[in-house]
Amino acid sequence: MDFSWFPKYLPMIIEGIGLTLALLVISIFIGFLLAVPIGLVQVTGPRWLKWMASGFCTVIRGTPLLVQLWLLYYGLGSFFPQIPGIRDSFMWPVLREGFFYAALAFTLSFAGYEGAIMKGAFLSVPKGELEAARAFGMSPWTVLRRIWLPRAFRIVLPTLGGETILQLKATPLAATVTVIELYGASYQIRQDTYRVYEPLLMVAVIYLALTYCITRLFNFIERQVPQRR
Amino acid sequence: MGSSNGQPAVVVEGLHKSFGDLEVLKGVSLTAHEGDVVSMIGASGSGKSTFLRCINFLEMPTQGRIQVTGEDISLKTGHDGNLHPTDRRQLERIRTRLGMVFQSFNLWPHLNVLENVIEAPVHVLKVPKAEAIERAEALLQKVGLYEKRNQYPAFLSGGQQQRAAIARALAMNPKVMLFDEPTSALDPELVGEVLKVIRDLALEGRTMILVTHEMKFARDVSSHVIYLHKGLIEEEGPPSQVFGSPKSDRCKQFVSGIH
Repeated sequence: MDFSWFPKYLPMIIEGIGLTLALLVISIFIGFLLAVPIGLVQVTGPRWLKWMASGFCTVIRGTPLLVQLWLLYYGLGSFFPQIPGIRDSFMWPVLREGFFYAALAFTLSFAGYEGAIMKGAFLSVPKGELEAARAFGMSPWTVLRRIWLPRAFRIVLPTLGGETILQLKATPLAATVTVIELYGASYQIRQDTYRVYEPLLMVAVIYLALTYCITRLFNFIERQVPQRR
Repeated sequence: MGSSNGQPAVVVEGLHKSFGDLEVLKGVSLTAHEGDVVSMIGASGSGKSTFLRCINFLEMPTQGRIQVTGEDISLKTGHDGNLHPTDRRQLERIRTRLGMVFQSFNLWPHLNVLENVIEAPVHVLKVPKAEAIERAEALLQKVGLYEKRNQYPAFLSGGQQQRAAIARALAMNPKVMLFDEPTSALDPELVGEVLKVIRDLALEGRTMILVTHEMKFARDVSSHVIYLHKGLIEEEGPPSQVFGSPKSDRCKQFVSGIH
């Protein structure tokens, strides 16, 4: 075992952790925001929206994330530069980075998985509770905002922690589109030092520590929420 | 109708309701004046709950006319063959005047008792929160749940949940209270505490429409009793008539179990 390379690569590792967490937080946060309407329209929406939302979930959940990521990176990524003027636009610094495509792919993936879960959560709120809300004159929007969504959210909360951990462990795929996140950093160290196991062991321990933190975080959030017996 | 001479609070005319080929209500009418306590009795499946749920459009009737506090609810026939309110805002406004109490309580489990009670006043009627809390605490005092105000529904007994649900309905200051079999889901020893609360409301002169299996209670508190059989009114009148000397044999048989 030789960890003498560690001090030299510490800045790269820290930056890698930062990128991993950035990908995770962006994709969980925006992905969940997308999942709410994707789940909702499958329960109450007009037929064409229902069909689109469930089609989206089927495609996302039925294809490997790596394939989705590469389709976006190599497909969309080679389409964008052909748009006239895009290289001069303020968006270009973002659009030319692998990070953008990784964040996009992970966000859509999370939205697809959570959209299907939110559909189930919306359906599992007892009908009587929504009837009570309507019976007191709540508008459909107020019912959703005050009763339906908060109830559905509490139903998915215990699974959300597990989904977040799965999402964390999908982030190394970003290394395949030039993002030097945590795994990417270990790969870089291996290339430079010809050390195979030490960098891998190091990132394994770091992922484990991150997983532990996420578990604790979600346990904490769950404790803030009153439990139903 | 009945003994009171108040304004009509709820008028239902010729209500029909079908579920597919099954006609549950075949033309039922009811008028409840201010201060009336109208009880609907009848066997399971006679359509009494469905009738009550049509009044605030939790079920959409197939035919009929509904008027609440003098305001006609404008309706049109939808693709499903049922009548639907044409104006959502009118429906929501009218629903605020009808306080509904359900068989299965239907408290919101993510809110504590006090939050359940202030939820609709604050978010529908836009009552300032401090004022809503003050009123809610008085109502919880009245139904004997002030000490439980910070508890979540899951930690209350069925009787306590139903009393909280009654306080929640009263918090809207409704013109009419609708009770849909309020004691049917309760253990026998918990029925009394809920009936006592409802009885107090009747004595206060609250307008109520009550669907119930509690015959003795209906006889004691009602100003008017309707016996429903297979979607039609078989017998109606003051409780002394419906329970004492019913004209219909079926009704006689139905009420003969009590005394």
